[in-house]
Amino acid sequence: METELDLGINGYARFELFGKTFFLTNTHIAVIVVVAVITVLAILANRVIRKADPSKTPGKALNLIELVVDAIDGITKSNMGEKHFRGFCNYIGTLMIFLVISNTIGIFGLRPPTADYGITFGLAIITFFLIHINGFRYQKMKHLTDLFDPWPLTPINVIGELATPVSMSLRLFGNILSGTIIMALIYGLLPKFMLLFWPGVLHIYFDLFSGAIQAFVFSMLTMVFIAKNFED
Amino acid sequence: MSEFNKFFVEGLACLGAGIGMIAGMGPGIGQGYAAGQGCAAVGRNPGARGSVMTTMLLGQAVAETTGLYSLVVAIILIFANPYTK
Repeated sequence: METELDLGINGYARFELFGKTFFLTNTHIAVIVVVAVITVLAILANRVIRKADPSKTPGKALNLIELVVDAIDGITKSNMGEKHFRGFCNYIGTLMIFLVISNTIGIFGLRPPTADYGITFGLAIITFFLIHINGFRYQKMKHLTDLFDPWPLTPINVIGELATPVSMSLRLFGNILSGTIIMALIYGLLPKFMLLFWPGVLHIYFDLFSGAIQAFVFSMLTMVFIAKNFED
Repeated sequence: MSEFNKFFVEGLACLGAGIGMIAGMGPGIGQGYAAGQGCAAVGRNPGARGSVMTTMLLGQAVAETTGLYSLVVAIILIFANPYTK
């Protein structure tokens, strides 16, 4: 496998800390870029909102911001119900914006940070704790006794609960990684004259469409799993 | 065990990755069935297009998981094979 394919996670700078070796990989660089982009967008949005005049019709930028916030609020409300959605729409909005930007950053030539299992598993662990903390908050001890509901199935119930973060993180990771691998194969193995227009079509599918769908699905599943605890 | 060298193991691992990706058939059938049923639902009740679409995409994403497990296994076999270390 001595081709010029670039599929994996490459370490650029290495340093020692507490007797262990750490690398600054291209995932870290991509995450730093994503965070910088989100920070700049947030500062710009904050400036637009501060300058907004309620007595006049909103401008283009303010309209766009309101559209995004309205869409996120609407999705959260339709999944979690009128009563509980206020407390969660901030987290869901953050998750969605982070995932959309980091999934579609492959179109600028960076390796998407969600093609690293560390990132997706971290997000899924956050979802896991959100599910169970809210379960104990809204259902009290019934959340625990639900595990023993038909008592012979207790091990299967426990495994089912533990499999939720694994399957969620593997879904996001596998989708984005498969797109990355196919794009790397296209760029590495095709002759040069084929690269003029053909990868553009695949970038639209694998980076924009698939990335947006997976960001939507991840936040949607987070909402559905949390909202399962609200029912009495 | 000198005849079972590194290249033999690598070749069989690639073969195993290819055979393992047959699992992609199942999610394909499942997602196609979900999409067909979604089309039928929209045809019967065009007003519910938005919610049918959302539910369909969610179900397809969940059905895709088993295929992605086999993809992860195939990628581990090819790029991070523990037996060739």
